[in-house]
Amino acid sequence: MDLTEEQLERYSRHIILQDVSVEGQEKIMNGKVLIIGTGGLGAPAALYLAAAGVGTLGLVDGDVVDLSNLQRQVIHFTPDVGKPKVFSAQEKIAQINPDVKVITHNKRVFADNIADIIKDYDFVLDGTDNFAAKFLINDACVLEKKPFSHGGILRFDGQTMTYVPGEACYRCVFNSPPPKGAVPTCSQAGVLGAIAGMLGTMQAAEVLKYLVGKGDLLTNRLLIFNALRMDFRTVKVKKNPDCPVCGNNPTITTLVDEEQPVCDLKR
Amino acid sequence: MNVKVNGKDQAFDKEALFVKEVLTICEVSQPDMVSVQLNGEFLQKEDYDGTSIKDGDEIDFLYFMGGGILY
Ligand SMILES: [Zn+2]
Repeated sequence: MDLTEEQLERYSRHIILQDVSVEGQEKIMNGKVLIIGTGGLGAPAALYLAAAGVGTLGLVDGDVVDLSNLQRQVIHFTPDVGKPKVFSAQEKIAQINPDVKVITHNKRVFADNIADIIKDYDFVLDGTDNFAAKFLINDACVLEKKPFSHGGILRFDGQTMTYVPGEACYRCVFNSPPPKGAVPTCSQAGVLGAIAGMLGTMQAAEVLKYLVGKGDLLTNRLLIFNALRMDFRTVKVKKNPDCPVCGNNPTITTLVDEEQPVCDLKR
Repeated sequence: MNVKVNGKDQAFDKEALFVKEVLTICEVSQPDMVSVQLNGEFLQKEDYDGTSIKDGDEIDFLYFMGGGILY
């Protein structure tokens, strides 16, 4: 691939980075990344990955933009309320960087469609807002040997880890979804909007590092931060031999949908 | 005894405590919402009662985090 004059200028701040250079930028431009969930985490991730020139961005989301999303889902604007999120995001990406090819999947991921959706991508970014999807994404990526970035946020806290085949997966750390009764009620939940941006952009950085092939990915480490104290830490984790999906005797060998608790607070 | 809890040194009056007791002392109000790692190994929930920690151990409570909306 030969970069045009315009591309050399657009991506000049990447290209002058020794660890990226023209070669790394070309890898980014050949990259195919799937963002599952174009909400709090997926929105900032999509903006940065589009700006970075990722060749193909897949967007998966079955929701429409709600007024309550705009506090943190920065790819969606006020006039987008009521519009399917994947189309709202696609429009912004086209404006940020027309080089990026966007593939929209206006649906949720389930056990029976996720393997087919992820198969053509190099990397999957989990930007979902519920445990059923998080565990499903993990299991699908482990079974299909697909690298992915996990991201979770709650109130003032965030966590992320990167999976590549052979290293610790999300289930190595969190064996199975928390029991429904343990999950905080809607009124206890909530999230500071900027936290979503902090975490989503960290996930985007992991994607770019993966594509370029430089640096140390957040594998076998769980990064945790609390924005009230502005305290960051990484906890070493390792592949768990008893992991139900990637361990020595896996009990999960096909994908199943976890039950999804229902919340009546408007999403 | 001194134990590293979530990366920070913490002193306890007792010389040994069960994981379940540490969860209570450390005010983990919803033990179901954490995954417990002791000296680099993840514990099964059933083992919180029977596993004790001693001086010099490192314990991490890793919280489940979804999307901040439903959970
Ligand atoms: Zn695993």
